[in-house]
Amino acid sequence: MTTFSGTALCLDRADINTDEIIPARYLTEIDKNVLGPHLMEDLELAGFDPEKDLAGIGVLVTRENFGCGSSREHAPWALEANGIRVVIAESFARIFYQNMFNCGMLAVTLAPADIDRIFQAAGTASLHILADVDQGKITVTAGPETWTISFFLTGFEKALVQAGGWVEYADRNY
Amino acid sequence: MGKTIAEKIFDDHRVDQPFDGVTVLRLDRVFCHEITTPTAIQDLVARGKDRVFDPGKIKAVIDHVTPAKDAKTALQGKVLRDWARRHKITDFFDIGRNGVCHALFPEKGFVRPGFVIIMGDSHTCTHGAFGAFAAGVGTTDLEVGILKGVCAFKKPKTLKIEIVGHLQPGVFAKDVILEVIRRITVNGATNQVIEFCGPVVDAMSMESRMTLSNMAVEAGATSGICRPDAVTVAYLWPFIKGEYPDRDAALADFSRYLPDNDAVYAGQEIIDVTDLVPLTTFGYKPDHVKPVSDMAGTRVDQVYIGSCTNGRIEDLRVAAQVVKGKKIAETVRAVVSPATPNVFSKAMDEGLIKIFMDAGFCVTNPTCGACLGMSNGVLASGEVAAATTNRNFNGRMGKGGMVHLMSPATASATALTGTIANSPLFAQPA
Ligand code: SF4
Repeated sequence: MTTFSGTALCLDRADINTDEIIPARYLTEIDKNVLGPHLMEDLELAGFDPEKDLAGIGVLVTRENFGCGSSREHAPWALEANGIRVVIAESFARIFYQNMFNCGMLAVTLAPADIDRIFQAAGTASLHILADVDQGKITVTAGPETWTISFFLTGFEKALVQAGGWVEYADRNY
Repeated sequence: MGKTIAEKIFDDHRVDQPFDGVTVLRLDRVFCHEITTPTAIQDLVARGKDRVFDPGKIKAVIDHVTPAKDAKTALQGKVLRDWARRHKITDFFDIGRNGVCHALFPEKGFVRPGFVIIMGDSHTCTHGAFGAFAAGVGTTDLEVGILKGVCAFKKPKTLKIEIVGHLQPGVFAKDVILEVIRRITVNGATNQVIEFCGPVVDAMSMESRMTLSNMAVEAGATSGICRPDAVTVAYLWPFIKGEYPDRDAALADFSRYLPDNDAVYAGQEIIDVTDLVPLTTFGYKPDHVKPVSDMAGTRVDQVYIGSCTNGRIEDLRVAAQVVKGKKIAETVRAVVSPATPNVFSKAMDEGLIKIFMDAGFCVTNPTCGACLGMSNGVLASGEVAAATTNRNFNGRMGKGGMVHLMSPATASATALTGTIANSPLFAQPA
């Protein structure tokens, strides 16, 4: 059973790009872990303080077109270096989305109404999310409230998460 | 049922279809640069898989930060250089022979209609100008490409964008693509391939088509493809003349990759550019686009002419035409980076370099570090740039800096006044 879980952070903006996730000035780093402290340090979002808000977070919830811009896989690496292995959004840019699965991480696309409900709940209580890859189900817990949302992954995306990424998968199969 | 260009390319490169909707394609080219490849190399080494599928199909360049600016970028270059030597990758372009990847590789004849190409760089879509399926990928996809010569893609849906009418003087491919992005927005083509067609594209040079395809990713597209035609053949002829008896034979061969008349498109846009005016971006997203005249008078600190979007000879010719015999404003710094050594040397032969220098431009070696705020023209916080690049994200050219994207003609005119301005090449409609 492949599951991911953690405390979730909501980022209420569309089109958060890879320069905002990890700025180009850190692309000279060859060691992924060095990226950790710089995650979203350039993201300008009312009420968001990367130094405080990212601590202890395992899941991000956000709006449309997350991860647009450059192809840098440094973006998922910077997330992973902070223990964030799941991003839930209304939609994703293609390369970022593929990069997540290629790294054995999880990107979940939900309808705007489902995202709205999570955002509303986040306003009043702390948020915990559990994602079950095999069942394609997310369990959201906000204070006393708990509900589940189904999500869709292609067979290939599931296989990548389960294999631990594309390098292992491809080397075995091609 | 008819097929689009991308579908035809997928058909003859299919290695596997491991799951519904996913196709593993055989790669004709894997392009590499020193920013995203070293991590892939390190990881392959760590996994004990330091191999390459075919050194002849891998092309590598150091282009983003060159010459190296510090110990870290020197190490990135070294990792790439050592790897190229170790694996006998003969098409490796180091300083002196290097240039911006998406300008250099086409110029070397590495791209052909029908090719499947990946690179760890989002603007790989540029090579679609030749009728290739070329896509930017992350490091892991790049790693597998290097190791196995394959990459997995979702079945492509194609958005057909037909450009009709005719361009006014002073309006260029850059203005056309900004208009396309303005209309369809930054995710208007996500997970789709854009097929650019219509009389305006047919009449474009390969350089202009590359400008168009280059920014397809700014609308979210996987690749931006132009139909291969006689212009494509003429550009490639020096590289392919040994392979075909004559140009017609090459054209006939490349026609395999033309879309069928009854091809099925996921969407279609017809854009008449007859009334199109020069455009620029005003915000932090490439679809924040306005006429230059609406932004006229906006002060800029730096003008940058170059990049994989607009650093080719055609761009430098237009930019030089605007500044010839004039001086840039005292309040502005202007930088021009010819995209490749060949562009640089042509620009020298044609006297363009002298025109730029006399006008007060700084001319750099071929590199693109300024475009992403890494070297050779980084902005200070609060500064504003007018740039011929492709991305205006907040802080793209330096933390706290603002970028306005525009054509080389507009950028040159802006350098002269120190504020955003239309070029005299464009006659304002009365
Ligand atoms: S010119 Fe800019 S967009 Fe193009 S490859 Fe260089 S950094 Fe990337």
